[in-house]
Amino acid sequence: MKWWKYIAIGLLLYTAVMGFLGQVPRLAILNETERNLYFHVPMWFGMTIILGASVYFSIRYLRSPSPRLDVLAHESAKTGVLLGVLGLLTGSLWARYTWGTWWTTDVKLNCAAITMLIYLAYLVLRGSVQDEQQRARLSAIYNVFAFAVAIPLLFIVPRVASASLHPGMGGNPGFSKYDLDSHMRLVFYPAVIGWTLLAVWITEVSCRYAFIKEKMYEKQLDKQVA
Amino acid sequence: MKNNWISKLPSRALALLLPLLLTAFCALAQAPAADQPEMADALRQSGKIYVVVLVVVIIVSGLLLYLVRLDRKVSRLEQELGE
Repeated sequence: MKWWKYIAIGLLLYTAVMGFLGQVPRLAILNETERNLYFHVPMWFGMTIILGASVYFSIRYLRSPSPRLDVLAHESAKTGVLLGVLGLLTGSLWARYTWGTWWTTDVKLNCAAITMLIYLAYLVLRGSVQDEQQRARLSAIYNVFAFAVAIPLLFIVPRVASASLHPGMGGNPGFSKYDLDSHMRLVFYPAVIGWTLLAVWITEVSCRYAFIKEKMYEKQLDKQVA
Repeated sequence: MKNNWISKLPSRALALLLPLLLTAFCALAQAPAADQPEMADALRQSGKIYVVVLVVVIIVSGLLLYLVRLDRKVSRLEQELGE
């Protein structure tokens, strides 16, 4: 096993323990739920990073096509969608008990939901093209488009918009200045790295599985020809 | 050779968690002041919070162990195909 996987294990166990036992500021409304910061927010960090990796592989695919790069882009996008869905679900649950509703027409929430729909369309697009090369090229181009839309939707539109319940809006980033104190940072940053590494790990394993599958098909084809 | 790391795992995990638990105890020692937003102080004082922590640690380690085994299975397949 590679060294960074041990780091992922260590950081996630650290998050699981310190996420509950660490010191947090006493805040009204949020109360103990602010510990969700260690679990909900890293989903979005991880998603952005892994989708960034996906678009990187897609651009490389467009420059020099290879099935390998297509698999890397596809599996990264799948992990990104998984993290995004988990982020939406946890965010919705958190909203229910702090804002009093599962969903509200908040810019941040709606933009995040649109982002997930855009990436679900990426998966649908892949499923609807039979020819492998065509599928790889189409989805690589679409992936560039999807990422170029997702980043403004997640990071620019909600901040430009005047009213949002979600922290980090209105030109006031994240939980930073007022809410996130030094005790929380000690857990939050390791949590972000740990969850992101876990996402990379899952992607790595599923890519290797896809490579093996590809190789086995090739071997079977060789046998049939011979 | 292969199971070497598994046998070392409990001691490693303990070594990892012990300093964390100790720092957590220090953090918990602070008494809640009146007039402040309500937190789960009773849960902490009764020590039942450790039940929650242990449950989460068990689940996280279980999932991670599953991923580690999956990783190893894929590695084995890679070796078999590589030959």
